[in-house]
Amino acid sequence: MAHAPQDPLTAALPMPMAKPRFEPGFLTPYAFIIPALLVMLGGLLYPVFMALYLSFYDWQIGLPLEDADFIGMTNFARMFTDPQVWEVLWVTLRFGFWTITIEMTLGVALALLLEKPIRGASVFRTIFILPLMVSPVVVGLIWRYLFDARIGWINYYLGAWFGIDPQVWLGDAQLAFFAIVLTDIWQWTPFIFIIVIAGLQALPSEVVEASTIDGANWWQQIFLVKLPMIKSILVIALLMRLIDVFRGMEVMLIMTGGGPGRSTELLSLHIYNRAFNTQQLGYASAISVLLIVIVFAISTAILTMANPMKNKSDV
Amino acid sequence: MTGVVLRNVSKSYGAATVIPNLSLSITEGEFVVFVGPSGCGKSTTLRMIAGLEKVSGGNIEIAGKDVTWARPKERDIAMVFQSYALYPHMNVGDNMSFALRLAGTPKDEIARRVQVAADMLELTPYLTRKPRDLSGGQRQRVAMGRSIVRDAYCFLFDEPLSNLDAKLRSSMRTELALLHKKLDRTMVYVTHDQIEAMTMADRIVIMKDGLIQQVGSPKQVYNTPVNTFVATFMGSPSMTLLPGELTDEGGTIKVRGAGFNLPLPDRLRARAAASPTRAITLGMRPEHFAAEARTPDFAAVDLTVRVAEYVGSSQYLAADLGGQAITAAVEVGPESDLLGDGRYYFDTSRLYLFDRKTELAL
Ligand SMILES: Nc1ncnc2c1ncn2[C@@H]1O[C@H](COP(=O)(O)OP(=O)(O)OP(=O)(O)O)[C@@H](O)[C@H]1O
Ligand SMILES: [Mg+2]
Repeated sequence: MAHAPQDPLTAALPMPMAKPRFEPGFLTPYAFIIPALLVMLGGLLYPVFMALYLSFYDWQIGLPLEDADFIGMTNFARMFTDPQVWEVLWVTLRFGFWTITIEMTLGVALALLLEKPIRGASVFRTIFILPLMVSPVVVGLIWRYLFDARIGWINYYLGAWFGIDPQVWLGDAQLAFFAIVLTDIWQWTPFIFIIVIAGLQALPSEVVEASTIDGANWWQQIFLVKLPMIKSILVIALLMRLIDVFRGMEVMLIMTGGGPGRSTELLSLHIYNRAFNTQQLGYASAISVLLIVIVFAISTAILTMANPMKNKSDV
Repeated sequence: MTGVVLRNVSKSYGAATVIPNLSLSITEGEFVVFVGPSGCGKSTTLRMIAGLEKVSGGNIEIAGKDVTWARPKERDIAMVFQSYALYPHMNVGDNMSFALRLAGTPKDEIARRVQVAADMLELTPYLTRKPRDLSGGQRQRVAMGRSIVRDAYCFLFDEPLSNLDAKLRSSMRTELALLHKKLDRTMVYVTHDQIEAMTMADRIVIMKDGLIQQVGSPKQVYNTPVNTFVATFMGSPSMTLLPGELTDEGGTIKVRGAGFNLPLPDRLRARAAASPTRAITLGMRPEHFAAEARTPDFAAVDLTVRVAEYVGSSQYLAADLGGQAITAAVEVGPESDLLGDGRYYFDTSRLYLFDRKTELAL
């Protein structure tokens, strides 16, 4: 199961040293790649470099860029000693831990349960992926009203069914954190579910049957055969969710605005607040550079350990 | 009764009946081969024995126990799949030991059995490799190894050699026959290749459209096929079938048709006389043609050769006999030039007769 940690770059590129370096026509493949490369450079790298560039400046929104002051590493120095940054980083990590753990577990479990062609499974599958189609802004609105202390359904039914007193969900640090975690789970568990079920259904049936014949029970089949065989899919799902945790902010922006205090303020929302509420664009850029570094480090670590590209399930 | 017994087993998918009614008893230690054209229900039958497919009717016994509704793991069977079905995330050794590990076999016992199987299949150098780093033939042997470490009561094989090249296939055939001798276990083997069936089987089961056509030793199904289907299915190249009439020439019954008028061998004379119909189908196996009359039983036939194929010491002829296409395999030695039109001889002691309407052997 465990792969020896391997440098993905050297593993992916066996250098054919013996061959002549430039064969006739060696440019042809590049000709096909260049248009896509240009789009990627423009669309992806420009904003990243712009963020990097701005992070060395003190620049307020509304002022022309020429008027920005170059202040070197000041923004970065400030960031590392800024308790607010550490606080939102901690919120982000806690949020990521709970949402991803629960979403992965729940999504995989549901996929395993609904994988079989039992009656009604396909209807349930369709209903279940609906949250994925709702825009995050709308998700934020829906759940803000569901959690509303006065008119929300949640308080109403908690009272009507369980006799629980109304809670000020979005006004209490812990309850608000719980609320955004729950909302994220509601929206993103279907994502895990849908790609895991696709992976399970693509498994060669004879391999699964072989494990039945070898005497594997239901649990052993899941943990020793099925899940290891879709490991690369699980890794990619995990990766996409992790990146999303550092990226997504719309739901919190609408539900809580990051509050109360900074109890639901994720890193990306904090950057947004810095940039557009306190108008410190340079400083916000410096924090977003931190975000990029974190996401890049996590992705590289996961890809190096699991190497999903190499682990394609042939045979 | 030990062995594997199928009693009135049937299988339908909704309205489609794949196996109408199948009964067969396989004795313990026997090597039985199911053979038949694609889609005739061989895999379905095998999968019902394995418990991967529920029966629609009838029952199945393995080693004297009714296992009709038992799960696969309760049947003491091992199976080799057509696609090998190796676990891609496990190395060769782990693939082979998976069942034993699940069964809680002691570690040293597992290691010993894997080693024995790996030695037998020449897989020892590959034990730590993943399946994707093996060739097709090696994967095939791993699949085989995974089943033989089990020491199951019954081994099921679903076209395990179909993905191999001709040479590997023939060596694996020998390997399997040896394996059967060594393990002395009941083996049920599915193939659509009649050569595999002939070379390996103790008994062959020939199926068509979910129905058993004939069950018998290779010798029996080759020499006394019950109908034209079996006659043409078994043997390579295939038997030629020609329409003919039974005629009575001065007290001796002969079979006559376009381009031939052949005397009957002793074994068929009485049956031909008792036949309710004169309209028959004559069966001639290609290998019973010759360039010269070797015994008094050989009768002359004039062939127009359309194509002669050199296959070493024989040549396959696609020829015309009285305007009808036939195949002949003539042994003329490897030095011979390609054969042409002319007089050839057919061994009449080897001819086959079938009722033209019912297609059953006389
Ligand atoms: N799930 C299914 N639903 C409906 N029909 C099926 C199903 N599975 C198999 N069949 C039908 O059952 C028949 C027998 O299939 P089976 O796989 O046993 O054939 P086979 O003899 O093994 O053929 P092959 O040599 O091609 O493997 C086929 O006509 C097939 O179309
Ligand atoms: Mg089949």
